[in-house]
Amino acid sequence: MNRTATILCLAVILGGTALLAFGNATGAVPTYIISLVGKYLCFAILALAVDLVWGFAGILSLGHAAFFSLGGYAMGMYLMRQIGTRGVYGNPVLPDFMVFLNWKELPWYWTGFDNPLFAILMATAVPGLLAWVFGWFAFRSRVSGVYLSIITQAMTYALLLAFFRNDMGFGGNNGLTDFKDIFGYPLQSDSVRRALLIASAVLLAASLLTARYVVTSRFGKVLIAVRDTESRTRFLAYRPERYKLFVFVLSAVMAGIGGALYVPQVGIINPSEFAPGNSIEAVIWVAVGGRGTLVGAILGAILVNAGKTYFTGAIPEFWLFALGALFILVTLLLPKGILGLFSSRSERKS
Amino acid sequence: MSVLLRLLVLFCLAFAGPAQAQDDPFALLAGDNFDDIRHGIEQLATSGNSQAAAVITALQEGALYAGPDAALLIKQDETWLDARTGKPAADVAEDALTAVPMNNGVRRAAEAAMGSLELFSPDPATRRHAAEAVLKSRDAASLPGLARALQTEPDAGTRLVMQQAVAAATLASPDASEPDRLAAVNTLRTRGDLDARAMLASLTDQPPSVREAAATAVIAIDRMLQLWGLLQGVFYGLSLGSVLLLAAAGLAITFGVMGIINMAHGEMVMLGAYTTFAVQELIRAHAPGLFGASLFIAVPLAFLVSGAVGVAVERGMLRFLYGRPLETLLATWGLSLVLQQTIRSLFGASNRDVGTPQWMSGATQWGGLTITYNRLVIIIFAALVMAALMAALRYTALGLRMRAVTQNRRMAASMGIRTPWVDAMTFGLGSGVAGMAGVALSQIDNVSPNLGQGYIIDSFMVVVFGGVGNLWGTVVSALTLGIVNKFLEPLAGAVLGKIVVLVLLILFIQRKPRGMFPIKGRAVES
Amino acid sequence: MSTDTILYLDGVSVSFDGFKALNALSLYLQKGEMRAVIGPNGAGKTTMMDVITGKTRPDDGRVIFGNKTDLTALDEPAIAELGIGRKFQKPTVFEPHTVWDNFLLALSGDRRPRFTLWARETAHERERIDALLETTRLTEHRNRRAGDLSHGQKQWLEIGMLLAQEPELLLVDEPVAGMTDHETEQTADLLREINRTRSVVVVEHDMHFVRALGVKVTVLHEGSVLSEGTIDHVSSDPRVVEVYLGR
Repeated sequence: MNRTATILCLAVILGGTALLAFGNATGAVPTYIISLVGKYLCFAILALAVDLVWGFAGILSLGHAAFFSLGGYAMGMYLMRQIGTRGVYGNPVLPDFMVFLNWKELPWYWTGFDNPLFAILMATAVPGLLAWVFGWFAFRSRVSGVYLSIITQAMTYALLLAFFRNDMGFGGNNGLTDFKDIFGYPLQSDSVRRALLIASAVLLAASLLTARYVVTSRFGKVLIAVRDTESRTRFLAYRPERYKLFVFVLSAVMAGIGGALYVPQVGIINPSEFAPGNSIEAVIWVAVGGRGTLVGAILGAILVNAGKTYFTGAIPEFWLFALGALFILVTLLLPKGILGLFSSRSERKS
Repeated sequence: MSVLLRLLVLFCLAFAGPAQAQDDPFALLAGDNFDDIRHGIEQLATSGNSQAAAVITALQEGALYAGPDAALLIKQDETWLDARTGKPAADVAEDALTAVPMNNGVRRAAEAAMGSLELFSPDPATRRHAAEAVLKSRDAASLPGLARALQTEPDAGTRLVMQQAVAAATLASPDASEPDRLAAVNTLRTRGDLDARAMLASLTDQPPSVREAAATAVIAIDRMLQLWGLLQGVFYGLSLGSVLLLAAAGLAITFGVMGIINMAHGEMVMLGAYTTFAVQELIRAHAPGLFGASLFIAVPLAFLVSGAVGVAVERGMLRFLYGRPLETLLATWGLSLVLQQTIRSLFGASNRDVGTPQWMSGATQWGGLTITYNRLVIIIFAALVMAALMAALRYTALGLRMRAVTQNRRMAASMGIRTPWVDAMTFGLGSGVAGMAGVALSQIDNVSPNLGQGYIIDSFMVVVFGGVGNLWGTVVSALTLGIVNKFLEPLAGAVLGKIVVLVLLILFIQRKPRGMFPIKGRAVES
Repeated sequence: MSTDTILYLDGVSVSFDGFKALNALSLYLQKGEMRAVIGPNGAGKTTMMDVITGKTRPDDGRVIFGNKTDLTALDEPAIAELGIGRKFQKPTVFEPHTVWDNFLLALSGDRRPRFTLWARETAHERERIDALLETTRLTEHRNRRAGDLSHGQKQWLEIGMLLAQEPELLLVDEPVAGMTDHETEQTADLLREINRTRSVVVVEHDMHFVRALGVKVTVLHEGSVLSEGTIDHVSSDPRVVEVYLGR
């Protein structure tokens, strides 16, 4: 069942985006749809990352938006550097907000971000490193369950506050925006939009396959054992903290990739992306689709976000009621998510 | 002709003047010699003449005119007053009048004189204020005035300031003796504030012994100031800590005692704040006289409103999720969104104005401490809430049952305790306490639907840091965090200070996941 | 201390908030010995297991494994790695996994993520698992989810997982709780079988079972040893009688 679902999911993602891209090239599909779907796919990568840690390692991270945003900021920094002299102040080196703050030179941590490969490397390395440091301390001290959730939330909150500061050198409140080019091509052009959509689909597919390999390997079996009976694995000479750390870092890298793809498609990254609410929202996507199924995470992310797009446009006041009710009803009535409705016996113990 | 006349007058003054002038500062003021005018001002200021203030003010405003025969008149609007009596003057020959001339020396003398004049004001506050002003002017010329003022001053505090002003003036005076100077240094040292420090630090042309004494005094004052600064920091810290404590108190029950991850805790606080708003609106509309008591009315109401919502939530939702903490977290987060949106739909998205009663505004000075009443009230309120909460847990029947249920649910159930009822009441109590916190927070924070969001992470950190299930731990934790935060603020700025505290907390919890005061034993083993 | 001592507890004390769970407990176990540990509730039996396996750190005392290793300085995986296996009071197996996978995860071998991430089942591993299935009579349940097994089968699966670890010393906490008489008998046989190659400590309440094992018995009371010897010796010890019946 799970294998079929995965194959089906891959087929829909790749086939669907190919179809949309073709439709856009022939003029049948408007470009805003391309960007919208591209955005959903980035959220799906984030959801996959959350499911990997929550569904298979029992780590309910309420800080994954932080990894997503850090990936996004890394990409945003590259896109800022690409603006060149086309900014309002026309400074060839400094982004507008730095000129505005009267800065004379680029801070050291901005060096290298004019190189797209370096930026992409950083979009994965920075979230990965943060996850590694954070996880190393947390898992070694056996912080787990809700305690872990609370401190992951505190982590993203601290980053939110930090990125709001102008002195941080990431554009403060306004974040990074007004991008012009990516890899030398104009960001607003239809063909770049299509390419980004396809890139998102391909990376989502790759993430799904990676995640699936990990959870079905012997490593994954240990991980599930750790999730349900952590102390037993210790008495079998496994070190749960190493397993959790590996999967936490992998998940953070995945979230970073999602964020790096997200920023060029929405054209902005600002500190509000770090808001604790965003992380929790990502968790509900996974819960809606079905925790511990990977495919469910993708399904949930796309469905909930499509719903959000519709409701915030049609009846804005209703959206928070709907989202709130979704949280309550899914946890109360649908603990295995949508996929749980279809499978007679999910992998998760009830 | 007129020139001749004038010369004649001058001639007469030159001979007859001194004797007459000594008695009559008004005559001095009417002269056109700047030195005379200055002396006139000084004499007038120390004479105790009731016209002194009016005359010198007029001089400063350029409304003091001198005429023949030492006539002195004040021009008020278009009428003339006799400077000596303050009565309207008749038959004024305006042509013969000239404005009393000013230069910088005169202007300074006038200012100093005005300062010392207020030393004799019937209003004690004005006298106090004047004494402070004279102290800061460090003008040796003020010494006679101060000496006279000291003889009559009834208020001990003001007398002290005057003595300090004498000390300051003595140090500035060129002909004070060395022992007098040393005594003056000592007086200023006991004053011990920034002004005194500045005076002592900027002393010039002093004998070596005085310089030395001043230097040691500066060090002593610095130490005192540091101590006061420390105390002020502690006060701010306690104030922030009690805000944190209030926000976390309810959570210490629902999360700490019951183990429920209530992400809607902040919204219970928010409901309390909106209850305050509603109460004040009703009072404004129907009984404005009760406004001062609005908070006293709001506290029990907020407890009931948030408590009732809490009971409903426990019965309608949480009881289905016991034993599933992570699902509880998600469901209550959903609840928080619904509550926020409900309030937004009812009251609007913008900040609502919650007023501060008269008795809570203002501040008092205590030594080097500035204590604002609203902060003080919140500290007291937090202490009362915690005391009430602990008493409720310890001495009431519900408290006894609560403790029984949390310690051993099955045993409690078999003793005939209705555990579901206890669960609902406990959650209601925690939520109600959060509502009461909302009343206090409405006084210092913006009352908006997002109010609760700002407190949720802090509250959880406080409870976890203090050790889950330990109310005293929560108290210590909240106050510690408050004080640490306030002491980091000057070093790092408010936002960075908060970030540093968060990071430290994360590191602390990673090292000691069970907080500062963990509850030990086999039962807590996972 | 002779060279063939496998476990030596030396004056071990543990307290929880003032309650002394273990009070200067000392105990020797010979290599190849099977020892039954009995005692009333709260005597410190499970805490003793926790201390040996590294779950609880003692306030005082040493726990020497083999000739020199002090276990009190090590954590659970390190102690398990040394060759001490533990079966919990409540059967603890990996419920979402199949019986086969439970054994696979328990097999001695490289435990590092970088190995398990790429590991493939080898023929050798399959042989060993087949043998374990045989020993624990679970061959026909090999593809069932462990969570779906009966209580007795879970107990056996867990004992089998211990064997898969190939430990030198097994700590078995109440292996026959909730078993039928027939299963109890079979379990005693299995433990005796295991004891041929490994040292075993069995904590048990069931006196019939202890008698059936026919091994030296240690009686714990209030965190220290009350009596030691054959089952007949300890059951005639007046102090033991008082502890069990006197109150």
